[in-house]
Amino acid sequence: MGDSFRRGLRLGVPYAAVATVLSMSFGVLAVQVGFTPLQAIATSALVFGGSAQFASLAIVGAGGGIPAALGAATLMHSRFLAMGIAMASSLKGGPLRRALEGQATVDSSWATGSRGDGTFDRGLVFGMTAPQYVGWVLGTVVGAYGGGLLGDPEALGLDALFPTFFIGILIADLRRPRARLAAVLGGAVALALVPFTPPGVPVLAASVGALVGLAQPDARAGEEPA
Amino acid sequence: MTLSETQVWLLIGALTLMGLVVKGVGPALVGGRALPRWASGVIAVMAPALLTALVLTAVLTDGRRLAAGADTVGVAVAALLLLRRAPLLVACLAAVVVTAGLRLLTG
Repeated sequence: MGDSFRRGLRLGVPYAAVATVLSMSFGVLAVQVGFTPLQAIATSALVFGGSAQFASLAIVGAGGGIPAALGAATLMHSRFLAMGIAMASSLKGGPLRRALEGQATVDSSWATGSRGDGTFDRGLVFGMTAPQYVGWVLGTVVGAYGGGLLGDPEALGLDALFPTFFIGILIADLRRPRARLAAVLGGAVALALVPFTPPGVPVLAASVGALVGLAQPDARAGEEPA
Repeated sequence: MTLSETQVWLLIGALTLMGLVVKGVGPALVGGRALPRWASGVIAVMAPALLTALVLTAVLTDGRRLAAGADTVGVAVAALLLLRRAPLLVACLAAVVVTAGLRLLTG
């Protein structure tokens, strides 16, 4: 665990740097929408999930209520349910301890910690998440209190940060043909649903793309990167 | 925003509880048992499916409309850089600079 954790810390640093910038944009946008700086910081410290935070902020910013914001955030967060189930058998201790360890699940750590055979390097996940959490909270503090000095976040292109961050996580995954197929299907389903469903639903529906994982794993050995 | 300061705190509390449950329930209930092979197969490709949907809906939609904008171009440039193995920070910088630059030019 010690070596894995240290390796995770190293791997987590670039993601932490990006998380810092990303959460800075969250802090700026949240205060612009009407959160107090303390509320913006509390959101990042307690929720610690970019997609859920940005989704709910967009909805209350557009005049939506608590149920809509919570609903969209939950749908965005639902992928962590699948990730948590996947990681479950790689975590230690009883149910409560495992539930606590599961809180370290973030996209980048989960994807990097996956050994590709259904098991996870637990120490690596913790190591990668730690610096990202610190950066996530610190960035929000800077954005929430310093946002007024920056001007219009949209004119600064800050809204392009969040998608770029997720592409960075995706790229390594997409070297596997089956993951590529799931990505294409998931993306197509989501875009097709956008005009017809409330925000958040297209992303949840994209989970049907993962059904390609049901196919017989005969090509598996060939598809894993060496 | 139509929410009061108290309502924002309520929302933050609800989001916190939701996050604890969503991230904790899988490990708490499933832990200690190996997943069947089909489930591992599905879960192994769950992240690419959902994250692709998240990225595409972020850069190609405007509300419930499909639409491209300056951020679409900025993120596309960043994606190309990432494919050429540029560091994440460099790609993020490019995304921001291209997006902001295009918005400046197109007013």
